[in-house]
Amino acid sequence: MSAVAEMPIAAPAARKAGNWLLVATVILLSVWVLLPIYLLMVNALSSPEEVTAFPKRFFPSFDFGSLSFFINFAGVGRALWNSVLVATLTMILSIGFGAPAGYALSRFDFPGKGTFRFLVLMTRAFPLPLLALPLAVMFIRTGLDDTAIGLALVHTTLALPFAVLITFSLFSGIPVELEEAAWTLGCTRLQAFRKVILPLALPGIAASAVFAFTISWNEVFAAAVLTIENRTLTAFLLQSLGESPLYLKFAGGAALVIPALIFIFAVRKYLFAMWGIANR
Amino acid sequence: MHGKALPYLLLMPATLFLCVFFLYPFALVAFEAFTRDGGFTLDNFRTMTGNWKFPVAFWNTILLAAIVVPIQLVMALLMATVVSRLETGRGAALYIFAIPLGISDLAAGLIWLAIFDQSGFLNTLLSNLGLVDRPVMFLGYQSKLTIFVAVVLAEIWRATAIMMVILVAGIGLIPREYHEAAEVFGASPWKRFVKITLPLLRPSLQTAIILRVILAFEVFAVVAALGGTNFPVLMGETYNWQFSLQDRNVAAAFALLILAISVGLTLFFLRVLRVPKEARI
Repeated sequence: MSAVAEMPIAAPAARKAGNWLLVATVILLSVWVLLPIYLLMVNALSSPEEVTAFPKRFFPSFDFGSLSFFINFAGVGRALWNSVLVATLTMILSIGFGAPAGYALSRFDFPGKGTFRFLVLMTRAFPLPLLALPLAVMFIRTGLDDTAIGLALVHTTLALPFAVLITFSLFSGIPVELEEAAWTLGCTRLQAFRKVILPLALPGIAASAVFAFTISWNEVFAAAVLTIENRTLTAFLLQSLGESPLYLKFAGGAALVIPALIFIFAVRKYLFAMWGIANR
Repeated sequence: MHGKALPYLLLMPATLFLCVFFLYPFALVAFEAFTRDGGFTLDNFRTMTGNWKFPVAFWNTILLAAIVVPIQLVMALLMATVVSRLETGRGAALYIFAIPLGISDLAAGLIWLAIFDQSGFLNTLLSNLGLVDRPVMFLGYQSKLTIFVAVVLAEIWRATAIMMVILVAGIGLIPREYHEAAEVFGASPWKRFVKITLPLLRPSLQTAIILRVILAFEVFAVVAALGGTNFPVLMGETYNWQFSLQDRNVAAAFALLILAISVGLTLFFLRVLRVPKEARI
């Protein structure tokens, strides 16, 4: 009897202890994720002398020496431009090809649907950057070697499956009745899509576009294999790892990380919807 | 243009694209791996396995995957359960945990280089604590073990997010009623986790593990940034044969090996973690 009477007192105490443990775990895990990024930023915001000095300070001196050395280093400006160009092309290609497919999957039942889904899902069982090896030869034959569009085509194979799956779930989330209502009111299929569905789907499509951009922006292997003169930032950094000084590496790392932080922040709402569908 | 043709028209661009840039290159890479100067041969594979670096690269890659993936699975489960229990600040915690998802593997390598470099933050910390007299060379060619540890840490740091996100989405699909019912019957949180969350999470676990294992065999830029040539891995060797050694066919053999391992492991996990149709939510 007394044990039962004590229960209501003991339970909140246990719950409180549990809450503290929960908060402590969250903080610990956040530090684990954020601290390494912070340390990279400390390096990027210190002068070249400070970066190579020992011991190090754990706070940045806000000296832009490293960053300006990086920006003015031969080839960096061009590499940055190439990265943006390739990522933009990847974004356009993967949404351009992926969104219609996602729409078709969500709205129609037709023979061959299962096969197509299988093809898309299969891409995830393969290490796609390796495709750059055989494509290197094909590109030399077709004149696509060392071009932004050639690399963007390879990056699109990485981003396209995501674009298809994300837009599929987006369109599935918009009731088909809305479209049908537009048809009965005299819209053609295209008009109904443009005036009713597209505005509703646009934020999600934008998010998957940003995701495609990020995939391309971050990709290293295919970029390093397929570009020589027109290197992207990742390819440039990788190929100069051997000879470049530390402060160049860290400033370059920061240049890669900061846009990525913004991208992930921009699509954070959609991240889980994106990967939730990856479960099926 | 109405009716039956429309879905096929909509699927056409993506299908054609995947055929040209996904299926065709695979045929091509297999072809290149088995040929040399136009004739069928297994020489490329012999050259590959005969190179002294091959066993090192092979076992490094396997060992890395075998150590990194289980740790990540546990960490991702921890992150996902912690996040799903959080009432305030859930969005912020999710964003922070998801950050590495958007970070390039090369950038992740450079981030951990800032820590493990000879003039890096770890050495600074150790010398501030008085544990070392002068900076230790963690990433030199004689310190294979510390390179390995650094790569393991960087990989865990970088790629746990992808598993976490999949698991969070999966936990969201589990109906709350199950947990409530178990709570009513007095199941402890641990028991609820083992008896409800884990079994119902199996489809997500399967996806997360498959994706992560494939990524683990693609490990390349993190290693390049931290270990350079001191720590060979399969993908790095592929790159070397393509570039430094200018031998496409051997590079293709490496690619085919990585592919075979990836596909083999995918099939393995599909089978082991198979979810019967009736048991799906």
